[in-house]
Amino acid sequence: MAKASKKEERKRAIPSADPSEKRTFFDRFLPQFLIAPSTLTIFGVLLFPILFALWMSLNRITFQGADTIYNFIGLQNYTALFTSDPWFTQSILTTLLFVVLTVTAEIMIGVGVALVLNKQFIGRGFVRGLIILPWAMPTIVNAVMWKWIFNAQYGAANGLLMNLGLITENINWLATPRMAFISILIANIWKETPYVVLLTIAALSTIPDDIYEAASIDGAGGWKAFWSITLPMIRPVILILAITKTIWAFQTFDLVAIMTSGGPENATNLLSYYIHRVAFKMNRFGSAAAMSYSLSIVCFALTFLYIRIFMDDGEGESKKKRRFLNLKREQLMAGGELE
Amino acid sequence: MSIQTKRILGRIVLYLLVLVIIVVTVAPFLWLVISSVSTKIELLDRKIFLIPETFTLSNYEALISRDFIPAAVNSIVVTTSVVAISLVLGVLAAYAYSRFKFWGRGPLLNLSLFTQMIPPIALIIPMYIIFKRLDLINQRGTLIVIYLSLVLPYLIWIMKSYIDVTPKDLEEAAMIDGCSKLRSFYHVVLPVIKTGLAATVIFAFIITWNEFFYAFSLTKTLDAKTLPVLIYDFNSKFGANYVMSATAGVVASLPPVLVALFFQKYIISGLSAGAIKE
Repeated sequence: MAKASKKEERKRAIPSADPSEKRTFFDRFLPQFLIAPSTLTIFGVLLFPILFALWMSLNRITFQGADTIYNFIGLQNYTALFTSDPWFTQSILTTLLFVVLTVTAEIMIGVGVALVLNKQFIGRGFVRGLIILPWAMPTIVNAVMWKWIFNAQYGAANGLLMNLGLITENINWLATPRMAFISILIANIWKETPYVVLLTIAALSTIPDDIYEAASIDGAGGWKAFWSITLPMIRPVILILAITKTIWAFQTFDLVAIMTSGGPENATNLLSYYIHRVAFKMNRFGSAAAMSYSLSIVCFALTFLYIRIFMDDGEGESKKKRRFLNLKREQLMAGGELE
Repeated sequence: MSIQTKRILGRIVLYLLVLVIIVVTVAPFLWLVISSVSTKIELLDRKIFLIPETFTLSNYEALISRDFIPAAVNSIVVTTSVVAISLVLGVLAAYAYSRFKFWGRGPLLNLSLFTQMIPPIALIIPMYIIFKRLDLINQRGTLIVIYLSLVLPYLIWIMKSYIDVTPKDLEEAAMIDGCSKLRSFYHVVLPVIKTGLAATVIFAFIITWNEFFYAFSLTKTLDAKTLPVLIYDFNSKFGANYVMSATAGVVASLPPVLVALFFQKYIISGLSAGAIKE
């Protein structure tokens, strides 16, 4: 019964020119042919390694010449992480602090900037364009740039503060634990906030002006309008941003690799960087795989949450989701026509 | 305070905020550009300036002699290949996902999205072992295949959401006139979703051009090293050469930054299309 209705649906989806015409093999499996190359690439390159990593994490891995030797040790790599690797636990705490601070700051600053850029002013299009600059830059250039700015002796940060008379002595930005942590935070927030701004502006533009007009007649302006109209309307976007930004923040690598190498005193030893070192510098591939798997599970949980809230399961959509998608679709169509 | 003065004050605050936003956004990058056309001596003097006293392009000349050309060639080859291949494969798949119902459609779509959420650090460890075994380390082809797998799910999602909002009537009309499915897609749907195509090309370009992590872990020599890896080397191997990395940084940033500035509207359109279900 279910199958029959699916078949009908398939027929209805794209009616062929003549229903009685015999379909060729290629025609019958057309969608499968169309998705095959990309599906094979995606899953071949990503899914196989992630399964292989699970196997690796259950082994002690040693290298002898060109050979890799696997000794199955069960969950020992995992238990060792939490019992005999103080750097790992410290790295988790550092990473959590980094993720929470950077995501909160990005979203708060991003929404604030979007609200400003949503107002009418001369040169608005131009300023909205400039915002894209940090987003488009390679992450590695961002890291190099901030390392140069935060250079203790010749950097622009100290130069500026000195010229303004705010400091009399150079700040050792990257050489003291707390300042180094703050430095990579600033560098990351600068790079990642524009994405929030762009998406929030897009969401703001879907709120019809007459809602605000109606509200201001009712005496709700400024803050009140923000809390009762703007925020509820952009809530879905903020939720999306919060989840995706969190996943990405967990993966921060380039900044640490360039700016601090995890130091000083492990103050910036973020997980992705630490795991990379355990694998490629210390050659402990089994432990590294176990660590990366633990990290993956956190990211998968977040992804699952995301899918539950927002995803089209391919067949149906929840009410809330549909409302949001329709909003987006209208906006897309409007954008498409304007061009 | 009268309404009039309140209004004027509001405008002043608004423009001040806009000014702060502009300065904070542009100043760091501007400083990078200024550093790249200044002499080392002047930079070490540590005054903040907008126009260097002695404007010089010698840093850019020095760049050319320092492995820059082969790394740039690698970046260009890898990026062009990924953009071209992913566009063709991605559009075909997006069309199938948007217009056909078939077994496994929903799960496959979700799974391909899910692969995007796997932390790269969890992938690079097994990849390194596998590619080393197959003797595929330090090859442009390896990077191209990896980047394809990173870019494709994203492109499929964006393209699909563009095709989803295209009315089916057009295609159906063409098919009644005797066009095959693929032909009617090519002649009728593709022209309508030009914005989406542009957005995906731009995304694929920026993601690939900027990628550092995999390139860093899987390339060893200039046979495959891309520009981001070269910039990393400037920072570590030659004892943190700030002027060189600033110069190389400016050059490496220009393509994606210019593309983003010129084709902004596509990016914003693509971001909002992708973000719904990215």
